[in-house]
Amino acid sequence: MATKKLMKGTAARMGVMKRVSLVFKAKANKALDKMEDPRETLDYSYQRQLELLTKVRRGVADVATSRKRVELQMNQLQQQANKLEDQARKALGMGREDLARAALERKASAQSQLNDLQAQYASLQAEEEKLTVASQRLQAKVDAFRTRKETIKATYTAAEAQTRINEAFSGISEEMGDVGMAIQRAEDKTAQMQARAGAIDELMASGALDDAVGGQRDDIQNELDMMAASSDVERELSRLKGEISASAPKQLEGGANGNSQEQAQRPAGQQQSGPYAPPPPQAQTQPASIPATSDLPAEPQDGEGP
Amino acid sequence: MIVRILGEGQYSVGDTATAELNRLDADLEKAVNSGDEAAFATALRALLDQVRAQGAPLPSDRLEPSDLILPDPDSSMDDVRKMLADDGLIPG
Repeated sequence: MATKKLMKGTAARMGVMKRVSLVFKAKANKALDKMEDPRETLDYSYQRQLELLTKVRRGVADVATSRKRVELQMNQLQQQANKLEDQARKALGMGREDLARAALERKASAQSQLNDLQAQYASLQAEEEKLTVASQRLQAKVDAFRTRKETIKATYTAAEAQTRINEAFSGISEEMGDVGMAIQRAEDKTAQMQARAGAIDELMASGALDDAVGGQRDDIQNELDMMAASSDVERELSRLKGEISASAPKQLEGGANGNSQEQAQRPAGQQQSGPYAPPPPQAQTQPASIPATSDLPAEPQDGEGP
Repeated sequence: MIVRILGEGQYSVGDTATAELNRLDADLEKAVNSGDEAAFATALRALLDQVRAQGAPLPSDRLEPSDLILPDPDSSMDDVRKMLADDGLIPG
């Protein structure tokens, strides 16, 4: 009766608040009308509440999984951006501004993907928090409902119970509708994110993201490596040249002094005196003079036998 | 009077706040009818802020139907239209 009166009033005024609440009430009433024995409604509803609670918890877990996946991808993109900046720095160090520019351009596009993911990460995080709170609230309501359900079943006859049941039922059904919508939204968002994350994963696996982020497969690194390699060769060359030019003047100097021959002969002389005969291996042949044999009577016997 | 903000929970709001809430709700309704998304967002925020300012959160274990229900802060005008058009948005 109260609902009908409210319906009339709001239909005339058409406020958003009341229209939304009417939609919820209509839903609850429809479900209530289906029940033969109102007390059956309680058990049936309680089952549905438990199912919903499970669903919300699963929803929280799903959003968390999705969030972690985005986090992983953000790390990968960050590494890519760092690598590109490093390449740009090296290229600049080698005087290759063109290469540095190419690397920085790719870094910018990696960065923009990263920013995009960050925004989505934040929205998933917010969704996760909302659902967690919703799940706690629903749990409290479900507990309250169970208590009230038991009281109603124990205390009232079917006829008397009707009003009490309506109250309890519309209270919980509104909560369930609210939470149900929240889950729906979270599921949609998670599905979107997973499709997106899956696409990025595939791109990364195929190396095509390097294309998106970094043009051809690390051509910058190749060129840097080549340049580094050729500069290594140059460095080796100049080192060798340096050694040669450093030792050449010494020989000239030495020759001028006339001492170089003496110096050169000395190691030769050492070498000659070097290979002398090793000392005779006296100590190795254990002399029989060791009197220990007398302690062991069995051994001399063996030796003396033949 | 109990007011629910969808996705947020229920508030117990004193009857003295009703007039102001109705005024803000009328703004919201006007925005929906005129299809003005920016005005809708502003009006919705004003209405929700008013509920939060005037109301006290209802304890989680209280099981009461709301007198008024408001869309959640992230709702677009389209979301609200869908919600009002049929019960398709509300599962169960």
